[in-house]
Amino acid sequence: MYSKKVLKYFFHPKNVGIIKNPTVKVTEGSLACGDMVTLYLKIDKVSRKIVDIKFKSYGCAANIATMSFLTELVKGKTIESVEKLTYKMLEKELGGLPPAKTHCSLLAIKSLKSAIRLYKEKMGEIEYESIDKDFVMSRLRSVIHPAIGKDIVSSGLVAMANISDGKVNIKIRIKEKRFRRIVLEEIKERFCIPQIKKISVEFVDKDEKAKDKD
Amino acid sequence: MKKRFIYLDNASVTKVDSRVLRAMNIYHTKYYSVPTVEYGHSFGLKSRKALEQAREAIAESINANKDEIIFTSGQTESNNLAIKGFVAMNNTARVITTKIEHESILNVCKDYGNVAYLDVDREGFIKFNSLKRLQEEGAILSIQHANHEIGTVQNIKRIGRFCRKAGITFHVDATQTFMKLDIDVERMNIDLLTISPHLIHGPRGIGALYIRKGVKIKAILSGGYNEFGIRPGLENIPAIVGFRKAVEIFDKKDVSRMFKLRDRLMKNLLEIDNTKLNGPLGKDRLCNNVNISFRYVEGESMLLHLDLRGIIVTTGSSCFSTALKPSHVILGIGGRHEDAHSSVRFSLSKYNDVEDIDYTIKNVNEVVSELRKISM
Repeated sequence: MYSKKVLKYFFHPKNVGIIKNPTVKVTEGSLACGDMVTLYLKIDKVSRKIVDIKFKSYGCAANIATMSFLTELVKGKTIESVEKLTYKMLEKELGGLPPAKTHCSLLAIKSLKSAIRLYKEKMGEIEYESIDKDFVMSRLRSVIHPAIGKDIVSSGLVAMANISDGKVNIKIRIKEKRFRRIVLEEIKERFCIPQIKKISVEFVDKDEKAKDKD
Repeated sequence: MKKRFIYLDNASVTKVDSRVLRAMNIYHTKYYSVPTVEYGHSFGLKSRKALEQAREAIAESINANKDEIIFTSGQTESNNLAIKGFVAMNNTARVITTKIEHESILNVCKDYGNVAYLDVDREGFIKFNSLKRLQEEGAILSIQHANHEIGTVQNIKRIGRFCRKAGITFHVDATQTFMKLDIDVERMNIDLLTISPHLIHGPRGIGALYIRKGVKIKAILSGGYNEFGIRPGLENIPAIVGFRKAVEIFDKKDVSRMFKLRDRLMKNLLEIDNTKLNGPLGKDRLCNNVNISFRYVEGESMLLHLDLRGIIVTTGSSCFSTALKPSHVILGIGGRHEDAHSSVRFSLSKYNDVEDIDYTIKNVNEVVSELRKISM
């Protein structure tokens, strides 16, 4: 059974919604896994505090409760002070989670950590050895196809990817409009770093005939 | 206002009818002897008589002979006995089944290995062509009469006729349909039939396997010579008496009532945006089964919200399964993972009424829009 605190945060979730023009936005998990969360953060450049945070979630009770609790916990704090949070701390604070639900607290922490990392990348605080095709592919490996539940690289959906002079060109094999939209947003988020100046994504049907261009 | 309690998980287990309970009680406290042989002590003969009368009544309900009924502990054991007991006698026999059966068939098949799977369509009906393709003399075919999750009722008569001609032993798991639909083992050419009273307001922990005379089944448990040597162990007389009582008090009128309630619930819930019915419409769907996927809503979240409002349902979401696996039935009919995670099964019983259904419709609407606010 879920703890009282988990149920409270599940039935009356805090910080649900979206932030228009967020400093960073990140999506983790997938519809196929039955757990997908999107986190929106507004971070103040000077104080480095999370001034606003909101989430959207498609998931079970533990998923909604951990996201709801996490956002409440980190709001108003500096990114440095919340970086050290672990899923165990989150679970402890919530009065425990059933063992089968550990992936929910992991997902919550993962979404926060990737949001912070994205922020640092955006600010140019992270140094890269080289921005090449391998870099592009590694970025694409963290973009999950929502219906398959696996990343677009290992699902064989990347038809082409290259980079020159900070310009990234990607061709993705996805047919369904609604998944194209989600994947496109995800890709754009993942390449929000100063070293990349332009990104163009083209979607093709499975048979590789170009249809839409974004 | 008194908090409502609406139980809509009747495809899992049902409330025991008080008449069943009364009939059982006497055999717990008054006639509690082991059933003796017919020349045994008088106390044991009371139990023997109850056992044989129950066997007769249950046999009659499916047009079988009384010595073709073997009492077991329920669906899982009956299914295990049917398949394992059959292949123990014919160890090269192929087992033919589908990927949307109950776990007690699927896992037995997995262990056995020599298995062929029939194709099913998007509504869960067996594709007859695949049966023609996979047929093999001496094989055993095992399918459910109606699917436990999506309520698809197979054309047993047609499949039975085919099996008889092809020399295939035909096992039907009728757990979901027993008494609700007419079952005639002669007319339908059924050789082995799993039945249980726990979904018709009888006790749980008891079931039966019908074994057509001449079909060889080996015991899968070792022990004494009970149930014609096919199922050892002390006969569970109180439960067997309850089984019989549940059959006797079954009222066909409840079936037509459930049909009406089912259609009312189904029609109204499908009016919600982005919903999808799993399984067929009409009379080829079990009278008490509604299974709908609510896109952008995860099943466990839905289940807990409905629970808070006094409505008990179940879901095909992996988040709710102990194995953390999405419903194999939804995936088996070609559904996406997402369809499984967002599927909710509502299963009715004779105890539900129109108010229950309308209350459920209203609350499902509210919960779906509440959860979609979080997910969309």
